[in-house]
Amino acid sequence: MLDKAFSGGKNYWGLVVFWFAIILAGMWAYAIQLSEGLIVTGLSRDVPWGFYISQFTFLVGVAASAVMVVLPYYLHHYKAFGRMVILGEFLAVSAVLMCMLFIFVDMGQPMRVLNVVLHPTLNSVMFWDMTVLFGYLILNLVIGWMTFDAERKGGEPPKWIKPLIYLSIPWAVSIHTVTAFLYSGLEARSFWMTAILAPRFLASAFASGPSLLIILALILRKFTTFDVGSEAIQKLAVIVTYAIAINVFFVAVELFTGLYSNIPHHLQHFEYLFLGLHGKGALVPWIWTSQTLIALALVLMLFPGIRKNEVLLAIICPAIIIGIWIEKGMGLIVTGFIPSPLESITEYAPTGIELTIALGVYAIGFLVLTVLYRIVVNVREGLNPS
Amino acid sequence: MDDSRRSFLKKAGLSALGIGAGFPLLRASVRALQDESEQAAPLSKQWAMVIDIHKCLQPEVIKTCIEACHREHNVPDIEDPRKDIEWIRTESFEKVFADQTHPHTQESIKQLPVMILCNHCASPSCVRVCPTKATWKREQDGIVMMDMHRCIGCRYCIAACPYGARSFNWQDPRPFIQEIRPEYPTRTKGVVEKCTFCFERIAKGMVPACVEACQKLPQGAGALTFGDLADANSEVVKILREKYTIRRRPGLGTAPNVFYVI
Repeated sequence: MLDKAFSGGKNYWGLVVFWFAIILAGMWAYAIQLSEGLIVTGLSRDVPWGFYISQFTFLVGVAASAVMVVLPYYLHHYKAFGRMVILGEFLAVSAVLMCMLFIFVDMGQPMRVLNVVLHPTLNSVMFWDMTVLFGYLILNLVIGWMTFDAERKGGEPPKWIKPLIYLSIPWAVSIHTVTAFLYSGLEARSFWMTAILAPRFLASAFASGPSLLIILALILRKFTTFDVGSEAIQKLAVIVTYAIAINVFFVAVELFTGLYSNIPHHLQHFEYLFLGLHGKGALVPWIWTSQTLIALALVLMLFPGIRKNEVLLAIICPAIIIGIWIEKGMGLIVTGFIPSPLESITEYAPTGIELTIALGVYAIGFLVLTVLYRIVVNVREGLNPS
Repeated sequence: MDDSRRSFLKKAGLSALGIGAGFPLLRASVRALQDESEQAAPLSKQWAMVIDIHKCLQPEVIKTCIEACHREHNVPDIEDPRKDIEWIRTESFEKVFADQTHPHTQESIKQLPVMILCNHCASPSCVRVCPTKATWKREQDGIVMMDMHRCIGCRYCIAACPYGARSFNWQDPRPFIQEIRPEYPTRTKGVVEKCTFCFERIAKGMVPACVEACQKLPQGAGALTFGDLADANSEVVKILREKYTIRRRPGLGTAPNVFYVI
């Protein structure tokens, strides 16, 4: 089936070359980081995690959101997702890959990363996170590949794939739950130490992931013969609407607890994020952009007329993705460190090298996605020649 | 109820059961691990330190302590406070004991310098989160140890430490070491380090470098006291019995083994 990746038009090869160019730039930047150390980043004693870990957190959500097409299709036999489900599974593969790479580029001693496996530490959530992410990657790769290959040959996938599909559903929930536990179990960081974090991660994941899937489906329809169908897109739009509404609710619940209880340790972080603290507020414009985009998107999505207009959908979905990307990325990770346990306010901004490395990681993910989707499109075209 | 819904409920129920069964298992394994290391009966030995804030106010005492530690362990001297390495340092009273100050606290008290270092907690958050056991609580004497050869530099321990006691080597530290002491290893870039209560000196029957350095100063007598918390006759236990002492952020349950006489 891999051979299908090698036939494509000018657009396809242009895109592949484009990703490779960015990957090269990312590798160049990573070479600098590797030789100089993480000094080339904007990280510091007070803010030890930043842009990389923010991307990781956001992308775990994108990966987990595949369950929003897998569950209706396999558990409810919702046939309209028939052509969508493979897109979701392959998006998950690419997103998990990016997650792992973002963790990798964040390591101070990347050569030693296998120590996590050599010295398995059951009390470390990071160990569990690595385990569930790796498992999820394998699950989606195997499920996506086997079911699609069977379809290509016009047969049924092997029987053993069914239990794996069912397993992948709670597994998707687990990857984002465990990722939330990475943060919410730390008594040192009161901003993260909230039981709503895992549910909030899931809600924002099910809003941003399917939004991305809608955009990808629309792109495929525009540039290839592959059409997932309007019904599938509309169903995803409804899922996005519910998820974004639940996410707004969860954030509001969190805000209420912080603001009404008035406990300084909790309040300070929100103050830094939304208003700025002691004249420092690098994230303030970002979070207001994010909250405005999310609020606007929610209001617009509530109207079926707007939601059903695919042109408007193609505008609202990116707004949701950007809004969530800020909110659960930098907005959540960096704010957790400001103020520090010693009450100092050290701000953080990614450096050019950090951003270039991050772009490189995204390019690797999108290259894999481009190739996987090309295979899907080519196989489909072979099945139903127009 | 139609068939698909029934089968869905069945599947959902099974999935929930799977997760439900997973957690007790996880908890049991975590507990088993903790029992092995620090949660069991009090350790037969637990090194601890008492810092007398009032005896640690003179700049000379502070400077001598910090320099002795940093020279002993080849700690680099990096200007940028965002990227520096500190095993022991001072912060103002209002930052170290934020919960103990209020808007009307005397300004002079707020600004008092307080020595801070790794607390070698009884229940250390850093040990709990480390994915490689590169940091662990030593059974024989309760020191929170650090293996710089195993550390992968993920900085989870820095995120987890409520005391800001850990430093990360953002760059190669060697060019910033004034004079390399060959007796103690230097570190590489990309690993975390912190105070280890001078385990290498304790092994030789000595006290930590900071304690020794300030004992040598006439005005530093009794500023830092080091001893075994499990030994009822130790100097530290005596002070804890006689004077009012506090620990940093006691509400978090980490149970620090560095105490402050205020």
